[in-house]
This record gives sequence, C-alpha cells and structure tokens, in this order.
Amino acid sequence: MAGSTRGSGTRSVVGSLADAVRSTPRSARGRLVSALVRKRAGAIGLAIVLLNIAVALGAPVLAPHDPLDQDVARRLLPPAWLAGGSPEYLLGTDQLGRDILSRIIYGSRISLLIGLLSVVLSLPIGVCLGLLAGYFTGRIDDITMRIADVQLAFPFILLAITIAGVLGPSPRNVILILAVGGWVVYARLARGQALSLREKEFIEAARSLGGGSFRILFRHLLPNVVSPIIVVGTFGVAQMILLESSLSFLGLGVQPPTPSWGGMLNDGKAYITVAWWLTTFPGAAIMLTVLGINFMGDWLRDLLDPRLQSV
Amino acid sequence: MRRYILRRLAQAVLVVVGVSLVVFFVIRLSGDPTFLLLSPDATEADRVRFAHEQGFDRPIYVQYALFLERALHGDLGRSLRYRQPALPLVVERLPATMELALAALLVSLLVAIPAGVISAVRRDTAYDNLTMLGALFGQSMPVFWLGIMLILVFSVRLELLPTSGRGGLDHLILPALTLGLYSTARVTRLVRAGMLDVIGQDYIRTAQAKGLPDRRVIVKHALRNTLIPVITIVGLELGTLLGGAVITETIFAWPGIGRLAVTAIFQRDYPLVQAAVLVTALIFVLSNLFVDLLYGWLDPRIRYT
Repeated sequence: MAGSTRGSGTRSVVGSLADAVRSTPRSARGRLVSALVRKRAGAIGLAIVLLNIAVALGAPVLAPHDPLDQDVARRLLPPAWLAGGSPEYLLGTDQLGRDILSRIIYGSRISLLIGLLSVVLSLPIGVCLGLLAGYFTGRIDDITMRIADVQLAFPFILLAITIAGVLGPSPRNVILILAVGGWVVYARLARGQALSLREKEFIEAARSLGGGSFRILFRHLLPNVVSPIIVVGTFGVAQMILLESSLSFLGLGVQPPTPSWGGMLNDGKAYITVAWWLTTFPGAAIMLTVLGINFMGDWLRDLLDPRLQSV
Repeated sequence: MRRYILRRLAQAVLVVVGVSLVVFFVIRLSGDPTFLLLSPDATEADRVRFAHEQGFDRPIYVQYALFLERALHGDLGRSLRYRQPALPLVVERLPATMELALAALLVSLLVAIPAGVISAVRRDTAYDNLTMLGALFGQSMPVFWLGIMLILVFSVRLELLPTSGRGGLDHLILPALTLGLYSTARVTRLVRAGMLDVIGQDYIRTAQAKGLPDRRVIVKHALRNTLIPVITIVGLELGTLLGGAVITETIFAWPGIGRLAVTAIFQRDYPLVQAAVLVTALIFVLSNLFVDLLYGWLDPRIRYT
C-alpha cells in the first residue's frame, strides 16, 4: 500500500489530506478524469438503458434471425470477423446453430422485464410496510423488522434456488421470488425516514389539524421518501437482473429454449474450450446493462438525494 | 458487556428460529411434503406411513415443533440420494466452502483496504476516479461470467491454472478471485467513504497539527477508526460470500455446500437441500454474532446504546 517513496509521496499526501477536507479536485488531470467519470457516467448510463429498452421493444425488427431457428449444419460458427465466420451471423452461432446476436437481442426482453417487474412488485410493499413500521412503531415495527432481519440473515440466492426448486422454474416464479427478496431494502429505508420524521413539526402540525394516520402517511411522509427510493430502486433493478441471470445460469430461472442471457451462459459453459463466443457475448450484455443502470443510479443519487453516501 | 452479549445471543436465536420457519414452510409450498421428502418411487403405503412418522397428519404447529425438536438433536432427515443422514453430508463439505470463502475474503480485504485508503487520501485524483470506476465495474459483473472468463483466459488459453476441483493453492486461485471481486469492489467503496468521514474529524487535524508524519496520521489515527465499521461489513460480506459460493462452486466444481445444494435441488433431494440451507444460515448467523461481539469489544460506545 501507500508507496515506498518518502519525499515526494509525503508532500502530496499533505496536500490531498487538506484537499479531501475541502473536497475540491486538486490537479488538472484529476479534475479532468473526475469530470469525465462523474458527469459522463450518468449520460452513458442513461444511453445504455435507453438502448436496452429500444432493443427489447424492437427485438422482432432488430434481430437478424429467428432466435429459436436451429440448424446443426451451421453449429458453433465463430463470430464474423474470425476465420470460418459468416457475415450472416455476426456474433457466431451456438451449439444448435442459433444466431447468438439474435438471442442476445431477445434475451434483453427477459432481463428487463424480470428486473423491472420484480422491483415494481416489491417496492410498494416494502415502502408501505416501512412507513407503517416507522410511523406507528411498537408491535408492527418489531414484527416487520424481525422478518427483515431473518431475511437478511441469509444468503438470498440460497433461498431463491430452494424456492425455484420446489415451485419449479418459470419466469413468473422468478419474479415472485425476487419480489419476495427485494422488499426489505425499501422497507428499511422508508422506516428510517418515517422514524426520523414522525416527531418533526410539520407532522405534528398535520396531526393537530386533525389529519388522519392515512393522510399523514401518504400525503406527508411518502413524498419525503420518494427521492431516496427512486435511487435505491434503480440499483434494485440492476441487482434483480443479476439475480435473474444467476438463477437462469444455474438452470433454475428462465427455461430453454426461451433466450435469456443467464441461460445462454449456462448452455455455453460446456463448450468453453471450443467456442468462447457462446459465453463471452451474453455475459458482456449482462455486465453492460447492469453497469448502465448503476451509472444511472449514481447520477440520480447526485441529482435527487446528495445526502445519500456513495456506498 | 454481559447484557450486550445476552441481547445479541437472543437476537441470533430468534433469527435461527425464523430461518427454520422459512425452510419449513418453503418445503410445504408445493403441497404434500411427502412428494418432496420421499423418493419418487415410494408407494402410497410408504407415503402414508412416512406422513404418520413425521407427523404430517398432525396440525401444522405440531409439525413445526417436531421439526424443530429433531433439528435440535441434529436430525435433519435423510438424503434420498445418498441414503444417509443429511446433516453429516453437509458438515463434510463445510471445510471446502469455508476455505473458499475465507480465501475470497482475504483477497478482497488485501486489495480493498489499501485501495480504499489511497482513494480517500487522494480524493478526486485520476487514481481515485479510476478506482471508483473499477469498483462499479466490479459490482456490475455477474459472478458466473467472471468465473468463466477467468477459466477461458487462465486455464483454456494460457493453460496456467486448473479449471475445476479442489486441491493445492493453484486450484484455489481462480475461484477465490471470482468470489472475491464483488466484495472487493464493495469494501473499497466503504473504506473510502469511511476514511473520508474520518479525515474530516478534528482529531485528525490535531494529529496533523502536532506535526506527526502523514503516514502515521493515516494508519494510526484515520485507518484505525475507519476499520471499526468495516469489521461489521466484513461480517455481512461473509454472508454474501457464502451465497456467492453457490455459483462459484458450481462453475469450478468446488466440492462445497453450495454445489451440494444445487445438485441436490436438481436431484430433488429436498432433505439434503433443507440441511444445506439451515447449516449455511447457521454459519452466517454465528459469524454475524461473532462480528457483533467483536464490534462491541472494539468500540465500547456500541454496548450501551
């Protein structure tokens, strides 16, 4: 760690310790990279996400081939730019001769759909439970938070594969499982906000003006959690896409022949020594998507809720 | 301190009971548990007898009490495939999983603490920005893809390291890197944030004003105080690692609990799945308990809140 140079290293550390306190970028190079990374990241993230949505919606138009069309005569064709590749099949074909690019394009539908739906289902439940727990405290708070503790005291993927194993793998079950796993984060966040706000003057005022609990919860507390929840929900979508692809990779998520990125990796891993493109491209698609959403989340956080620490 | 320990112990017990409830009900999600817990070729008479033995014909809370009582005596049912008690089968795999998880934890701490500290100290420099960008990449990378890419490069192309199995140190390198990356990224960000918090404190300025060398201020004054919250994260990280081990073990054919659980699910060997899940949860709860106690010992303020 902290280099072996003594003279110059020590100087610069003095400067940067002071800088860190003032929190202004120090060198010109530092400022440049900072601007590039921080400001551009949001735009890049947004672009990736929009591109993803466009690809998912326009899949039938954009995909050069039917993602399910098999032909063993053209199995394991390498990408077009390699020897033996065909310009017809830009990213090559899989073990059944299906076009990888088309499968990746169709696979984006599953990823986005499951990522979004599982958050759309779990977020409102989590927020409501969290607000109720934080506002009323007492018994309801104890029960909700103990359930949350149990769920966090547990590698979620293990629970997910168990439920998927018992219920049988299907997109609907994956969404349900992920929704069950996702609510805790939102509940904790909403509860924290509600707890810190319930004694504030404006809530007191609303109560003394005769505002009912329902009104206070949804008209006065809810607006205060919207910003952080949007930020956390954005990261949640990325998390859910990763979890879905993990489940599909293990063979417990979306089932073949439906193209899903995790499933493609699962199929491709048996051919790793002969056909690297089966696993490389779908994995890159997952990473790019998740990275894009995370970039967007970082940017939204700076925009909406600067108080949230970059953790 | 004693009250603190007792309270933490009670919470841990509560969590374990909660986990056992979850596992108990998940197995019953499918309806008749005899279909999950007995082999598919069991006859109707077998089912009825088994249901009676296990108390499946009794009220659900009695069933749960029976399940809990057996579990406390170390009886988690018999594996359908191995035709042996499930618990020893899981415990047998424990060293492999712990080896992998601890190696990954070691990798991530060795990288993340220096990286995070330097990032905070050189805030907003090119180094800091690149580190944070790298961390975001690390957190966006699917574990299974990373594992496959590492195999592709280091085993298939360069033929440097084995693709699978457990053996010497060379077998451990790729799985540990695969499993450790996500934690490395997260811990780096946490150490950086923690250091930034601490660097702004008055006592750091005092230490600097005293004329102490910067290295000493950073390591002795700033880092030490940053590490206390980091320890809690390490406890949570161990859980993430145990969970991630499910996938890493599958990719590298690592003979640990995670791989056992996944194969058991595909073989519909639910007693074994149940045992694997319970044991993993127990390890997780115990490690969190240990970390909490350590935390209370390191930072006396915690005990009294």
